[in-house]
Amino acid sequence: MYRYDEYDHAFVAERVAQFRDQVKRRLAGEITEDEFKPLRLQNGLYLQLHAYMLRIAIPYGTLSSKQMRTLAHIARRYDRGYGHFTTRQNLQFNWIKLEDAPDALADLAKAEMHAIQTSGNCIRNTTADHWAGVAIDEIEDPRIWCEIIRQWSTVHPEFSFLPRKFKIAVTGSPNDRAAVRVHDIGLRMLRDENGEPGFEVIVGGGLGRTPMIGKTIRPFLPKQHLLSYLEAILRVYNRYGRRDNIYKARIKILVHEIGAEEMRRQVEEEWEGLRDGALDLPADVVAGIGRHFAPPRYQPQPTIATETERLRFENRDFALWLRSNVVAHRQPGHAIVNLSLKPEGGPPGDASAAQMDAVADLADAYSCGEIRVTHEQNLVLPHVAVADLPAVWRGLTLIGFATPNLGLVSDIIACPGLDYCALANARAIPVAQRISQHFADLARQHDIGELKIKISGCINACGHHHVGHIGILGVDKNGTEFYQITLGGHAGDDVSLGSILGPAVPADQVVEAIDSLVRTYLAVRQDGERFLDTYRRVGNTPFKERLYATA
Amino acid sequence: MAKNLTGTLQIVTANRLRDGSVVFLTQTAEWTSDIRRAAVARDGEAATRLLGIGTVAAAESRVVDPYLTAVTGEGDDIMPVSLRERIRAQGLTFAAISADATRYL
Ligand code: SF4
Repeated sequence: MYRYDEYDHAFVAERVAQFRDQVKRRLAGEITEDEFKPLRLQNGLYLQLHAYMLRIAIPYGTLSSKQMRTLAHIARRYDRGYGHFTTRQNLQFNWIKLEDAPDALADLAKAEMHAIQTSGNCIRNTTADHWAGVAIDEIEDPRIWCEIIRQWSTVHPEFSFLPRKFKIAVTGSPNDRAAVRVHDIGLRMLRDENGEPGFEVIVGGGLGRTPMIGKTIRPFLPKQHLLSYLEAILRVYNRYGRRDNIYKARIKILVHEIGAEEMRRQVEEEWEGLRDGALDLPADVVAGIGRHFAPPRYQPQPTIATETERLRFENRDFALWLRSNVVAHRQPGHAIVNLSLKPEGGPPGDASAAQMDAVADLADAYSCGEIRVTHEQNLVLPHVAVADLPAVWRGLTLIGFATPNLGLVSDIIACPGLDYCALANARAIPVAQRISQHFADLARQHDIGELKIKISGCINACGHHHVGHIGILGVDKNGTEFYQITLGGHAGDDVSLGSILGPAVPADQVVEAIDSLVRTYLAVRQDGERFLDTYRRVGNTPFKERLYATA
Repeated sequence: MAKNLTGTLQIVTANRLRDGSVVFLTQTAEWTSDIRRAAVARDGEAATRLLGIGTVAAAESRVVDPYLTAVTGEGDDIMPVSLRERIRAQGLTFAAISADATRYL
């Protein structure tokens, strides 16, 4: 894992001290809210409906067990004992007091974490494939490049006041697990004809009010040029991005307005002046950062894990869990274990302090002390020996994180919605809870197969509803919660945006509506088809007819 | 207590600066987390006066962003009109997990 160097430590410590002083002055009434608000936002502190919310960056979704314990400590000491993992691989605490925030940040800094650049019009936390470094199809660990981007973009003076926030996602494998086509910049690693790794550079994707699929402006960029090329894109955006209208300020609008070809031309022209300069990293620097992400020393494993095999035959729950939550690892004898933070009826992505501590203990005992956060609001133990799977499963069962529902109908993404969020139109979490209760029967869930439901409480789309196989968007109709349903969105390689099915349904009919959609799929699916395949074959009509016929 | 309150009734609400908690302005110009103690304005003039008190409290750095919001009833019967304000007054609409819980409910 990447460890802070002296510069990082000093920088973060200085920021905490600075913020402590700012908070003190604010509480003493020496500075106004208007003066203070941008300062607290720069430190990840938002004011939400009930309290301040602290958004903590988890760079590229990688956490050590020690960091997880720090999060548990902060939950206990400064919050109400739990935190919320978000679709941006961040963690949010919902009940932080302004007067406690500097102490919480100081405790975080000790564990090499902070909340800088989790708000504002700057380059936000770079997200990555949550199976980075362990996925079987990976070319190179994307976190090396995320860390390089993090160092380059942290308090970058030229890019601290962009027209709007800016999000970068990186996948180190040709199979996209980081939703790279719906980010401001998406980087997808692939090899050129000589087998050299580089990036496909995708620009102008995004969700929110105006969802757009990113355009490839460079099919292959040799990796040593990454920073100079990113800098060129950011410069073009900084120069031409619309600052006159907040709804048109994201880079996706610029790319849409001038076209991908013109964007490419501008970026390449800018890049001419930057390439082969100081930003093009020498191989030894990259290798130095790469060493932080070297695979752990795996213990040799027996060819057959007897206990695991026995339990697989004897225990149906364990077998089901293996099928949906455990994935092949690049190291023989090991597995990637996905933890479900979507228990039946639970708020998606929430974890209590006790659960965080227990995950940290399991990581120490069975996963080389490492944990990942996924953009689907789950966690991962990335380095588990196959022989240890029964023990890990038992441990996860005890804390309710072993629900065998990964990628299934109850593995729902939901933003905080109107229960917490000051911008919300409608609630999201209770809707997710009711849907997961309705589909509680795991055998039925496995029969339904892969089906991703994503819920946002407003058009800002933090719950990624545009790319849900079934997307649910909360809207406010004269003070009453309604939900607009979209079908056919998808965030993988074959990315697509959902299309609106029909009029929004009232809150008390959402579960029924989802049930109707699932039944339609089951009735018309052909052998081997997932929900998305069926939808792509038959389109909206059968779903719409059945849903609105009964309404 | 007045009965059959009709028309626009409004109260002033804000978040307390120190901890961010939801507070309501009382008749005695205090801030309370108990909405039943909120001062209710029955007409525009009274509402403006209440908001004025709120604005002063914001300028004194006691609360953040005070604003008027519509309610029905008062005292024990008080109820914000919008769902957003009902959630602010009453808290989450689901049970959050507690620090020591290893299971959701
Ligand atoms: S989608 Fe809207 S309601 Fe949900 S977290 Fe984002 S801003 Fe808040």
